[in-house]
Amino acid sequence: MTIKLGVPSKGRLMEKTFDWFGARGVTMSRTGSDREYAGAVEGVDGVELVLLSAGEIPRELAAGRIHLGVTGTDLVREKLGQWEQQVAELATLGFGHADLIIAVPGCWVDVDTLEDLDAAAAAFRSKHGFRMRIATKYHRLVREFLQDSGVADYQLVDSQGATEGTIKNLTAEAIADITSTGDTLRANHLKILSDALVLQSQATLFRSRKAEMDDAERAVMGALLERLGLDR
Amino acid sequence: MSEKAKIRARAAALTSGFEAAGAVAVETPVLLPAEALLDLYGEDIRGRAYVTSDALRGEQMLRPDFTVPVVQMHMAHGAEPARYTYAGEVFRRQEEDQSRANEYMQVGYEVFDRENPAASDAEVFAVMQEALKGVELRAATGDIGILAAAVAGLETTERRKRALARHIWRPRKFKALLDRYSGKAEMPASRAALLAADDPMEHDYPDIGLRSQAEVTERIDGLRADAAADPISPLQVELIEALLNVRETLPNALEHIRDLAVDMPAITEAAFRLRDRMHALEAHGVDVETLEFEASYGRTSMEYYDGFVFGFYVPGRADLPPVATGGRYDALTQVLGQGREIPAVGGVIRPGILVQLEDAA
Repeated sequence: MTIKLGVPSKGRLMEKTFDWFGARGVTMSRTGSDREYAGAVEGVDGVELVLLSAGEIPRELAAGRIHLGVTGTDLVREKLGQWEQQVAELATLGFGHADLIIAVPGCWVDVDTLEDLDAAAAAFRSKHGFRMRIATKYHRLVREFLQDSGVADYQLVDSQGATEGTIKNLTAEAIADITSTGDTLRANHLKILSDALVLQSQATLFRSRKAEMDDAERAVMGALLERLGLDR
Repeated sequence: MSEKAKIRARAAALTSGFEAAGAVAVETPVLLPAEALLDLYGEDIRGRAYVTSDALRGEQMLRPDFTVPVVQMHMAHGAEPARYTYAGEVFRRQEEDQSRANEYMQVGYEVFDRENPAASDAEVFAVMQEALKGVELRAATGDIGILAAAVAGLETTERRKRALARHIWRPRKFKALLDRYSGKAEMPASRAALLAADDPMEHDYPDIGLRSQAEVTERIDGLRADAAADPISPLQVELIEALLNVRETLPNALEHIRDLAVDMPAITEAAFRLRDRMHALEAHGVDVETLEFEASYGRTSMEYYDGFVFGFYVPGRADLPPVATGGRYDALTQVLGQGREIPAVGGVIRPGILVQLEDAA
């Protein structure tokens, strides 16, 4: 008889989420030792805190195993097909801002737009015999974006971390990744294409459309949303 | 009978019809090496096909269509001319629409013959139409070869023609390029700045990555040459647009395209091929007087059809995928044949849709 609220389990995202709820009279805290993933909620009865990796929250929402969850819009759109039918956006939380962008080596002075990228990819393929490689972990979002933008002769290669380094390591020619300040890109001698903003993401509170609720749970949800100042 | 058994029975009936038309039944694996498919179709296929892998064979793809394995099989040890038929499941990843099948049966008929392309085109269409006899369907036809010929005949640089030909299958991008090359759309500010720079290669970045600075210079030289080239004339753009808008019955479309060929001599040969195909279709008993022809048809499908294209649709049921599709894919055999090529044309029927229609009737 509880509403399950999924929250990122570590780092700044967790702290800022705690702050956001705290400012609205819902106090969250981790319980047990530092290493134990358990938490408590005060201020509203019947809400259970579930600490999860931000990357798993979209899946848990879609499966209906949690009723509410805080995660980035980028992760929801990458991981869920027809995301609007599986989750509803309740509130953007104003932190965790990040842009999904496409970046190329700064020494490619001839490439500034997607049109340039497409032309460079065609020439690259005929010269090197394989499609220009773009390293990313956002396969679906990037593929749809490039398809829509009329870019051809590229291939996506998977990179789950240190994506900015793939170009220097010769495992990719370009990257598509999340950036907030652009510092890491600059440090790795990359520049952002001027018209290739794939998605603007921030931490967002989502409600699952799949999680079932009985009357008591619906009342808890109502009370929680009211406390948070959100329309249902 | 279960739905699946009905579909199997329908597929078997179609296969025997194709065998009676002269095709040899062939089998292909369900798991295909992903590399060849990815290289051929690019990322689009990864969005549509299921990819899996093991530590020994690497990435494998659940058969997204039969064309590639059948062509590979033919190129490896087929005698010419050849006619093949096959039946089996194909798998298509669906990420946006749950109502679309991700696994369904296809029954195909493919002709590999150098002799008379018009006759082969007509044969495949007629065999498909015969197999679908008794089902009320609307047939659509087109010819990617005519547009390709029109692009090749434009009075402009080879570089521009190559770029346009490359994007025939992406209508929006094609239009954007045509606007750029005809001076209708201005070049982006960043490109203007690059071309105006005294030394565009002067920058503070280290040289990283596989794409060399020589390649960058080469592209800048190309951009310079392009900026110096005359725009494609408004008349030529109009002709291309008129061609893309041709949509009428086949005999009228042929007349229309012949008229356009007066100002676009480059499509003359393609217009003759269209005429030859029309006559060949007539000889196969196809009613060409009512057959629809649309010059843009097939441009948004997968980019391997490069000549005749066709599809059979259920009238009033835009929600259903086409019951049958097909076309000519000469260029694909060139890529897969690594130097060797064999003109090829074929089509597939989805027996599942037929069973669905028959159940509803």
